[in-house]
Amino acid sequence: MALLTDTPARTPSAAGGGWANPSIRYAIKRTGAALSTFLFVLIFNFFLFRILPGDPVALYTRGRNVDPESIRALEAKLHRPIGQQFVEYIKNPFTGNGPSVKYNESVWDVIGPSLWPTLLLVGTATIIATIIGVWLGIRSGWNRGERFDVVSTNTTLVLYSMPEFWFGMIMLIVFAVGIGPIPGMFPTGGLSDPGVDTSSPAGWVNVAWHLVLPVTTLAVIYLAEYSLIMRASIIEERGQDYVQTARAKGLMDKMVRRDHAVPNALLPTMTLVFLNLGFVVGGAITIEYVYSIHGLGSLTVDALQGPDVPLLQALFLLFSGAVIFANLVADLLYGYFDPRVRT
Amino acid sequence: MTMTQQSINESSAAALGARDVVKARRKASRQRFTTSFRQNKSGLLGLTILLVFIAVAIGAFFIPASSLDVTQVTADPFLPPSLQWPLGTDDSGRSVLLLVAKGAQISLLVGFAATMLSMFIGTTVGIVSGHYRGLTGGVLDRVTDWFLVIPYLPLAIVLATVLGRSLLNIIVVIGVTSWPGTARLIRAQTLSVTARPYLERSKALGAGNLHQMWKHVLPNVMPLVLANTTLAVSISILSETTLSFLGLGDPTAISWGSILEQGFAAGAISQGAWWFLAAPGVCVVLTVLAFNLIGRATEDILDPRQETA
Repeated sequence: MALLTDTPARTPSAAGGGWANPSIRYAIKRTGAALSTFLFVLIFNFFLFRILPGDPVALYTRGRNVDPESIRALEAKLHRPIGQQFVEYIKNPFTGNGPSVKYNESVWDVIGPSLWPTLLLVGTATIIATIIGVWLGIRSGWNRGERFDVVSTNTTLVLYSMPEFWFGMIMLIVFAVGIGPIPGMFPTGGLSDPGVDTSSPAGWVNVAWHLVLPVTTLAVIYLAEYSLIMRASIIEERGQDYVQTARAKGLMDKMVRRDHAVPNALLPTMTLVFLNLGFVVGGAITIEYVYSIHGLGSLTVDALQGPDVPLLQALFLLFSGAVIFANLVADLLYGYFDPRVRT
Repeated sequence: MTMTQQSINESSAAALGARDVVKARRKASRQRFTTSFRQNKSGLLGLTILLVFIAVAIGAFFIPASSLDVTQVTADPFLPPSLQWPLGTDDSGRSVLLLVAKGAQISLLVGFAATMLSMFIGTTVGIVSGHYRGLTGGVLDRVTDWFLVIPYLPLAIVLATVLGRSLLNIIVVIGVTSWPGTARLIRAQTLSVTARPYLERSKALGAGNLHQMWKHVLPNVMPLVLANTTLAVSISILSETTLSFLGLGDPTAISWGSILEQGFAAGAISQGAWWFLAAPGVCVVLTVLAFNLIGRATEDILDPRQETA
């Protein structure tokens, strides 16, 4: 605001009513869009579980033996006027639906310990996938149509057609259980051996050893997408005039690629890494389930079997919130680095 | 696009009448498409794989129910592949080959049906939001944005949990979660079509909104819808596999996803029964790959500027 008062020309014009500075207007617009999406998710998350015909109590208790007293308590809670319930929910969207019915604890206490395993798994896999995927994309896009490109594009296309959890199971059966001459080398699941102190250096090695298979699985699946995007992006940049100019100046092919084409092609890819967080979340859910890693994904599968409605609602809100936030960050970064989109 | 090359000369057009011209033009463009597709090797490979799986799915109607009934089969569980059991047996002694063939029916059915629903919603929302700018278009555009951002699998999971487990519900869940990409694409195309002079002319002649959308916009976005459909089927099949694997599919139906769920739950991994898990997965990969190859070939032919291969 202070910045705006210094430059009178940039104050909001009376006629237009908007911000004159396109960067600020862009940022406000994107933030507003993200907030509207989150608001939609909030409302959707509440009404979805109440709008369907039938007694919500039946949904909350499906597949479980519940003593009559708890049912009465649930009825007292769920049969109140919907407006009253909604106000309570909006005040505290995560815990407003009550404690987890399976664990009988506040949903935050259930979710809390599951946060780190997921971040560790997904973070490591995303970093590895980005580095290798970008490298593959640059190499095959720059030498389009050559042997390397054909092999790498066809491989990524097959990987792209694969359900990630199936690839995970095959990895498990080959490298953890072992078939034929291949001995089982890696642990079949979990994040550490029981009784290992994960805060000691020996514990870290143990965790890393457990992470090899799940991280490889996720990274291979993610990198297929990143390399395809990077490849398309580098092919587009390669045809641009400035690349032609760089060549005409007599620069070596390697320098044209490294100093001219790659920095420009990286931008859309990096944005897509953020935008793909929704896809990444999906992969984490099934892979954690297959590798019995007790993170948010396993918790989701746990919550849907039953179902544990309050926990499921809290997880859906958490996943959606994280993805909406990542999208906003991507939008703002893109707007910052590429002024053309700020219109 | 259909408008670019006119193979009919104007004098015969006048004699034939407008409708016949359109028909002839569309026929010519279909023929051009078929000719180009025949020259596309990877597209043909995809089509061949797909036809094989459709044949398998039809053939699976002739599998006697007794050979898939756990109480009537006599083979040992977890038998590795042999001459008698080409793909081995499952945890209750059923032939994995027969299971996988039967699974092709549900996987393909859900894949096609969910795609139809998704394409219907996506195309309608896309055309309407592109045609009516202002409030209606703005609202629809917003809704599309919301569904585009919300992470797909968590959304599908909560929907499937609330709706309950049945064949129809899994189709609905996949259909209503996968349309926003199509809507985006169709909206952009609608905006470009609406700006063309012949729509101006049609409006001047008094065409209503419905007539404009149905007679002028829809035929023009249709090639794009069709190219997008093949890619969407592969996403639907992958989604069905994932949701069934998580136990959200129809509990009575056999699909590739439900075979994987059954194998995982029965401990096929620790038993080392790789054939039990490999077979349905390979089917998914091949089918999805087939649709992706066909989709990419179609895209290349319809839009030569954007070469993907």
